[in-house]
Amino acid sequence: MTVTTRTSPPARGKRSPLASAGLHTTLLAASVIAVFPVLWVVLTSLKPAKHAITTDFVKEPTFDNYRYLVEETSFFTWFGNSVLVAGITTVLGVFIAATTGYAVSRFKFPGMKPLMWTLLITQMFPMAILIVPLYNLMGQMGLLNQPLGLIITYLTIAVPFCAWMMKGFFDTIPVEIDESGRVDGLNPFGTFWRLILPLAKPGLAVTGFYSFITAWGEVAYASAFMVGDENLTLAGGLQTFVTQYTANWGPMTAASVLIAIPAALFFLFAQRHLVAGMTAGATKG
Amino acid sequence: MAAHTSQSVAKAAGDVENTDDARGRSRWTDSRATGRSGGGLGRALATHWYAWAMVAPVVLVLGVIIGWPLVRGVYLSLTDANERNVGRTIGANHIEATYQFVGLDNYADVLTDPVFLQRLVWTVTWTVLCVSITFTLGLVLANMLNREFRGRAAYRMALILPWAVPGFVSVFAWRFLFNRDNGILNKLLDGGGISAIPWLDDPTWAKVAVISVNVWLGVPFMMVALLGGLQSIPGELYEAAEMDGASAWQRFRHITVPGLRSVSMTVILLSTIWTFNMFPVIFLLTRGGPGDATEILVTQAFKEAFISSPRDFAGSATWGVLILALLMIFALVYRRSLRKQGEVW
Repeated sequence: MTVTTRTSPPARGKRSPLASAGLHTTLLAASVIAVFPVLWVVLTSLKPAKHAITTDFVKEPTFDNYRYLVEETSFFTWFGNSVLVAGITTVLGVFIAATTGYAVSRFKFPGMKPLMWTLLITQMFPMAILIVPLYNLMGQMGLLNQPLGLIITYLTIAVPFCAWMMKGFFDTIPVEIDESGRVDGLNPFGTFWRLILPLAKPGLAVTGFYSFITAWGEVAYASAFMVGDENLTLAGGLQTFVTQYTANWGPMTAASVLIAIPAALFFLFAQRHLVAGMTAGATKG
Repeated sequence: MAAHTSQSVAKAAGDVENTDDARGRSRWTDSRATGRSGGGLGRALATHWYAWAMVAPVVLVLGVIIGWPLVRGVYLSLTDANERNVGRTIGANHIEATYQFVGLDNYADVLTDPVFLQRLVWTVTWTVLCVSITFTLGLVLANMLNREFRGRAAYRMALILPWAVPGFVSVFAWRFLFNRDNGILNKLLDGGGISAIPWLDDPTWAKVAVISVNVWLGVPFMMVALLGGLQSIPGELYEAAEMDGASAWQRFRHITVPGLRSVSMTVILLSTIWTFNMFPVIFLLTRGGPGDATEILVTQAFKEAFISSPRDFAGSATWGVLILALLMIFALVYRRSLRKQGEVW
């Protein structure tokens, strides 16, 4: 069940013009619904603040909102915080997860079944049960408002999922490669490090990407653990534009665009493998 | 770029998997492991130390930052811990914790409070509606995209967009669209002669709004996953069926549905868990409001610990444990029902 580029089944008979029109109408409507909110945010970010709530598609286009964002707010501090937290989470998470994914994929050892189940079950942990103990723990260790606290916390989300996805990727690498490594006198670590890991680069990229996006978009922990303008990550910072009392839509939409563009570009490259990894890992268990 | 090379590798790998021998193939230490089984701990260590060493980091992570807080969370739910009596460090002063063990009092309080039932009913409604609507739309769109026609790639790209944008950004975008006085949705309705709808200020409309946004966010994942499932069904099956005179509905019913079973089971399970725990959509769109109309269990737990005053850590932990228990029960029932249908899972 991989989502790869494959030629679709040959057209079965010809569609009637009516069916064809119906198909295009439905897809067009769905596409408009999918794209419109995003498009609207982009358009609004280019309007001067006083026109932010008008319905015109384009009105006196300007970069004022972006200028305001850069000059008057801590946007780049938040951006930097997010990059730092998400980046380190990704590197640590993927590295830890890769060895486990490999061990679970290739060896049969006592404790494997329980480990697999634990990995699966921890994915369903609501943050609601971990957030209070982690908050208290971080408070005691003085890690509240520190990027490190958030990184440690995000590992709880990233590691189980990454290990599970890496197992799926390693499963697709033929075992003959491991065997050839063994014949050539490599021990399992050497086989893993020199032969399998280079082959699993796409898998590593996708898991890395997944953990980055998860950390990038996380809201609950970030809202609870980080306070003070200079400590916020993007998810917290964006909330400061639109509170119960004020609605600063212009800069908010500009910030949204700047946050979304890099994520969306990466995403569109990686998404095919993302789904393949998730579903393969879960069903081949 | 990297994406291109990765595609070809994953494709090759995918083809291996699709022949369905990946599972039957023996793992290369199988024979060794079974050959030596029955030895003592020392021998087990000699055989398996590679594997154990490789999983050690994850076990450590699971134990220290998931296992320990979990145990601690369960413990907190049995105490009366709140903002005022937990141990904390303010500057150089360390204040000792003074909360006490109170047994199952918190559970009794929460479970006898009608609020719990309200939240549970709404959370289940929300989950069932979101997952079923998302799945249905995803299935319809995937089936459409699985045909060959001009502009398919463009449609696919457009339909995936909601997934590509970070969730919290999209939620803010929707909040902007839903704005009562100035939002584009109400302006459009106004243009059509319909009076403004209080999207986020009326309990019922707020529920409609949060569900719509969550569906909007969730459809792309369903669609892409199901499209992958559809593409792995061999085209010959459809040809043979058509040769035998099967109607479009019969082909869907007898080829597509069974072919999608395993991927559907996975995405439904994942999607159910995600939706049940969907914090950002509710929290950022309505803050659980108006009043507490859209509060689900997870946002309630968050509210107890971080928004209400004084912060009630024990109460929040209690909600957390109850949520986990509910999810566990769901997963067990789900797994059992899959087993009954002969799925190995």
